[in-house]
Amino acid sequence: MTATFFAIQALNGLQFGLILFLIAAGLTLVFGVMDFINLAHGVQYMVGAYLVAAFSAWTGSFGWGLLLALPTALAFGLLLEVLIFRHLYDRDHLDQVLATFGVILFLNQGVKFVWGAAPLSVPVPEILSGSVEIMDGLLYPVYRIAIIAAGLLVAALLYVVVSHTRVGMLVRAGATNAPMVSALGVNIRRLFMIVFGFGAMLAGFAGAMVAPILSVQPGMGDNILILAFVVIVIGGIGSIRGAFLAALLIGLVDTLGRSFAPNLLRLVLDPSAASQTGRAIAPMLIYIFMAAVLFFRPSGLFPVKR
Amino acid sequence: MNVTIKTLGLAAAMTLAAAPAMAQEKLKIGLLLTLSGPSAILGQHARDGFQLAMKDLGGKLGGRDVEVIVVDDELKPDVAVTKVKGLLERDKVDFVVGPIFSNVAVATHKPIVDSKTFYISVNAGPSNLAGKSCNPYFFATSYQNDQNHEVLGKVAQDRGYKKVYLLAPNYQAGKDALAGFKRHYKGEVVEESYVPLNTLDFQSELAKIASMQPDAIFTFMPGGMGVNLVKQYRAAGLADRIPFLSAFTVDETNLPAQQDAAIGMLSGSNWAPNLDTPENKKFVAAYEAAYNTVPASYAMHAYDAALLIDSALKATGGKTDDKDALRAAIQKADFKSLRGDFKFGANGFPIQDFYLVKAAKRSDGKLETEVVEKVFDDYTDAYAKECAATN
Repeated sequence: MTATFFAIQALNGLQFGLILFLIAAGLTLVFGVMDFINLAHGVQYMVGAYLVAAFSAWTGSFGWGLLLALPTALAFGLLLEVLIFRHLYDRDHLDQVLATFGVILFLNQGVKFVWGAAPLSVPVPEILSGSVEIMDGLLYPVYRIAIIAAGLLVAALLYVVVSHTRVGMLVRAGATNAPMVSALGVNIRRLFMIVFGFGAMLAGFAGAMVAPILSVQPGMGDNILILAFVVIVIGGIGSIRGAFLAALLIGLVDTLGRSFAPNLLRLVLDPSAASQTGRAIAPMLIYIFMAAVLFFRPSGLFPVKR
Repeated sequence: MNVTIKTLGLAAAMTLAAAPAMAQEKLKIGLLLTLSGPSAILGQHARDGFQLAMKDLGGKLGGRDVEVIVVDDELKPDVAVTKVKGLLERDKVDFVVGPIFSNVAVATHKPIVDSKTFYISVNAGPSNLAGKSCNPYFFATSYQNDQNHEVLGKVAQDRGYKKVYLLAPNYQAGKDALAGFKRHYKGEVVEESYVPLNTLDFQSELAKIASMQPDAIFTFMPGGMGVNLVKQYRAAGLADRIPFLSAFTVDETNLPAQQDAAIGMLSGSNWAPNLDTPENKKFVAAYEAAYNTVPASYAMHAYDAALLIDSALKATGGKTDDKDALRAAIQKADFKSLRGDFKFGANGFPIQDFYLVKAAKRSDGKLETEVVEKVFDDYTDAYAKECAATN
């Protein structure tokens, strides 16, 4: 258990955290700005993965596939907003949960209908297919480093947009007090639509980026949605900065916990008991972490001031 | 409207009532397989293998015309039980052939054997059905579940691997797999790592493996998990340094997706497409011609199941009424199995040979597993003794 090993696991955690951030960013804005619970957000991650699989098979290149998949994911998000979600903003949370859960079932079945139940695989783009030896005998795929870079880049872009542009200002204002923004003459519905579309596109982007390293299959967004909710609750609903920090923390806690929990327990327990308890505790760690954060900061790390 | 429904109902009832009289001559076989969801490919191989056998036998088993009724258990035990009741009560099948998954086998075992219908498993071989809950109406043309894992444990022991890293999904079959491996492996287990079922990203496991430097790893990662693990293991550069032993992970159902990443990886099996018997060569060629893919062991087990039923019915003159005579005929296993040596133990499970197999690319570019060496000869499963004790 060397320092390099720790560094590698931290890198894995960082990569996982950044993917979570891409998904949670849209979710936290939609929830924070519009007070709208969108369970179907995970499905948009899946749709992004399927779109990139379809487009890269069609064009024969991952780059073109990604370029085509992003606007399609955006258009798809807008379509869902116009057709379904728009009619739910004024209703209570239970209606929203039910309706968006229905969208999950519908789209999971839909991709099965179009692409079949067997997992699809997307080839890693040629220029990123190499690997670097970062530890004795362990190669780290360049593509995973590219994911980290892309995640950080998107986070920086979001920061600029949200903190230093007019649209970003309206979004922040909307998160604090939507009726007031509307009363000041801003078309809040159109703002909602833009936020929603871009949230969907970010989730789609996350799905597209992981497509080459994971297999693309129906229901792939369902598990990650739960983690995305954990992230926005820890980060403070409506806060991009909170989502970023919380996503990285969750990624690190989950990855490091799984690799080190059994080892730490070995200090106090005998090896077989340690491995058994470690196995049981590791998946719980992120929820324990969430409970601890909420105990000290009930509205998350960076609550939006109201 | 109401009248129409009643009339239709009456017509249907009459057809149903008439059916047994007409079908008396036809032998009915229910194929219970998983044909939808992510694991559908396994059921497809079994179904295609059975139907290929039917074609090769001229559509008849033991001289009787056959009606094969295929049902999808959806990998849900409750659904499987409902469909099995349909097969038994509505269709009145003479044999149930299947299933792929052990949870389905355990759930459907009781209704089938209680109705005194013969149940022939083409894959699932859970330990309780081989041991304490063995039943004279249950036979398997496959294996007891632990046996493929035992092959790798024996190989790891014989090759003198001192430290082995074990990796499995965190559910019953995963735990059974590692227990099976450890039956013959006596060296040190440096880590027994369980990942959540349906894990697709193994990067942090790979870092652990690289840091622990074991002499080999053993894993059981069926389906899509196996595809991802093998690709990521190869990409991390570990495949050439730490031998990758597995069962139900690198086989003909996963190889089309794993492609070159799997080449050279070792697995345990009771058969391989290149096994050198004349019957097997003919079977593999015919299967590829018909379905354009290399058959996996599921197809072979199902093909053998058809041969088994055919041989038993020939012995009884096509009659199924005398269950004891039919059972005695099945027990004899008087057919030429594609895998060579084959006979039944007292618990209805095969006594057969097991091989170490290796994924390889054939000259035509398709991938298959190929025999490296025979590991067990005429091998009986570990639970057969418990069965004898209860009978």
